[in-house]
Amino acid sequence: MGNPDEDLKIVRLALPAGDEDIGRLETGSVVYLTGTVYTAREGVYQKVLGEGHALPVDLRSLSQANFHCSPAAAAQPDGRYKVGAVTATASFRFSRWMDRWLKLTGTRIVIGKGGMPHEDYGKVMVPNGAVYLTTVGYGTGALLGRGIRRVREVHWLDELGIAQALWIFEVEDFGPFIVESDVRGNSLFHQHGEAINARIDALYAGLKPPALHRYGETDDRKREVM
Amino acid sequence: MTIAIERIEAAAYEIMCRAAIDIPPDYRRGIAEMRARETGKLARFVLHAMAENWEAASADRRPMCADTGLPRYYVKVGNEARVETGFVGVERVLRQATARATRDVPLRPNRVHPLWRTEHGNNVGINAPEIDWSFEPGADWVDITTVHKGGLFGTDYRMLFPGDGVDGIKRFVLDGLIAFGKRGLACQPAILGIGLGGSKDTCMQLGKQAACLRIVGDRHPDPGIAALELELQALGNAIGMGAMGFVGSSMVVDCHIEVGHTHTGGMPVSMHTFCLASRRATARIHADGAVEYRSDPQWFTPYLRRETTEWETRTRT
Repeated sequence: MGNPDEDLKIVRLALPAGDEDIGRLETGSVVYLTGTVYTAREGVYQKVLGEGHALPVDLRSLSQANFHCSPAAAAQPDGRYKVGAVTATASFRFSRWMDRWLKLTGTRIVIGKGGMPHEDYGKVMVPNGAVYLTTVGYGTGALLGRGIRRVREVHWLDELGIAQALWIFEVEDFGPFIVESDVRGNSLFHQHGEAINARIDALYAGLKPPALHRYGETDDRKREVM
Repeated sequence: MTIAIERIEAAAYEIMCRAAIDIPPDYRRGIAEMRARETGKLARFVLHAMAENWEAASADRRPMCADTGLPRYYVKVGNEARVETGFVGVERVLRQATARATRDVPLRPNRVHPLWRTEHGNNVGINAPEIDWSFEPGADWVDITTVHKGGLFGTDYRMLFPGDGVDGIKRFVLDGLIAFGKRGLACQPAILGIGLGGSKDTCMQLGKQAACLRIVGDRHPDPGIAALELELQALGNAIGMGAMGFVGSSMVVDCHIEVGHTHTGGMPVSMHTFCLASRRATARIHADGAVEYRSDPQWFTPYLRRETTEWETRTRT
C-alpha cells in the first residue's frame, strides 16, 4: 500500500519473526505480515484458561501472532472457507487472560483494536517479550481480507461459532498495522493520549456542570474509561 | 397496484449486500475533505488507509468491515402502498433476506442470545433484525433502508434538565466523544447523531436515526437546530483528537440533531456515532414493482417531523 502523504516507516515482517526483528519494531511504524496468524478472543480464552480444555493445536510451534478478531467467513460447498473481511475487536476486554495466554502459547505479537490497558504493557507484555500491533482505523476489513491467502485450520467452529472460533490463517502482506507498543513497553496511544489530555480542561472551561450528577463515574476526563 | 413480495425480498437482499460493501458517497466525500484538513500525521495515514479499504471492498465485492454490527431495517410505507402478503409478509422476507445475505456476502453472524450466547448463524433471532416502521402520506411506494452499525462503543444517554441548557448538551457530547474517542473505540471520524427530548426511548431512537439516516452535509430545517449541529461538530473537532484517538483534528464528519417534544421538567439527550464503516443503503419499491436504489434514506420527511394535530390525508376507497 502506498502512503503518499507521509514518510511513515514501513516494515514487512516474515513470521515467525526472530527476537531481533521484533525488538526493532518502533511505535508508529506501519507493519505488514507474511506467515501464519491465529485468532483467539474471549470464547477461546474462556475455554482454555477458564475451563481447562487442552489447545486443539500446538500454537507454540505454529504461530506467534494472536489476532483479536473474528472473520466474516462462510463455509463453501467444497468444505473450504470464504473469508470476506477481517476486522479487529477491542483488546482491552481480554486483559485478564493475556499473561497466562502468552505464557501458554509463546505468542509474541498481539494484534487487535485499541491496544491493552496501559499498565498491562509493563506488567504483562514486556515480561513476555510481546509487542502490540493495532489495526488501522479499525475498519480496513477488506484490505485485511485480501491479505488472507487461505484458511489453514479452524477449531471449535461448531461449538463457538464463526466469530469466536480459533482460526488459523496463512497471510501475505497482511496489513496495514501500526506498532502500538514495542518490546520496551512504549505505547503510541499513551503518548497521544497525554498530548490530547493537555488540552482537555480548556474544552470544558466556561461550561457549567449539569444539575444532576451521576454515580460511579470518574469526573477526571484525563483517565481512560477502560 | 399491489407490490409482489418477491420484489421486496430481492430489494432487501440487494441493499444488505450494497450496505456491507459500498461506502456511501456522502460519507466518502466528507472523509476526503477531513483528510485534506487533518493536522495529525498518523490520523491522516488512517484516513488514507480507510479510503484504500473502501476501494478494495467495492472492487472485490467484499465487506468493508468484518464486524457486521447489528444489521437492521427502517421501512417507510406510502399511505397508498399495498403489498400482496400484507406487512407481516414484509417482516418475514426482511428476515429471509438477512439470512441469505449473511451466507452469501458473507457477513459475520453477530447476533447471539444476550444470556446464553447461542446463535442461529444468520443474524436473525429474537427481536433481530429490528424493523422500524414509518408512514408517508400521498405515496404508493415502500422504502426499505438497511443500516449496519457497530454496537459496542460511542453511545450514551443522559437526563439533563432545562436549566442545564446548551452547556449541558456540550458537556455531554464532549464526555462521550472523549471517552469513546480515546484509542478510537468509536471508530471515528463519525457521523454524530444527537437525540434531544421525547421520552427516554424516543430520545435514543431519534439520536440513532439522526446518525444513521441523514447524510453528511444535510442540515436540519430549523435554523436554530442547524446552527447547533454545526456548533457541536466544531466542538468535537476542537478536541484535538483524530482517527484512532491519535492527535489530530478529524473527530466528527457531521452532526445531526433530531428533537421530540419532551417532559416540561426535562431535557433528555442521547448521542450515537456512526463509524468509519457507515453502512446504509435504501431501495424504493414502486407500486409497479420497479426498484430504485440510493444511499440517502430520506427518512426525516416533513411528515415525520410534523408538529400539528392535523395532516392532510388521502386514502383510496
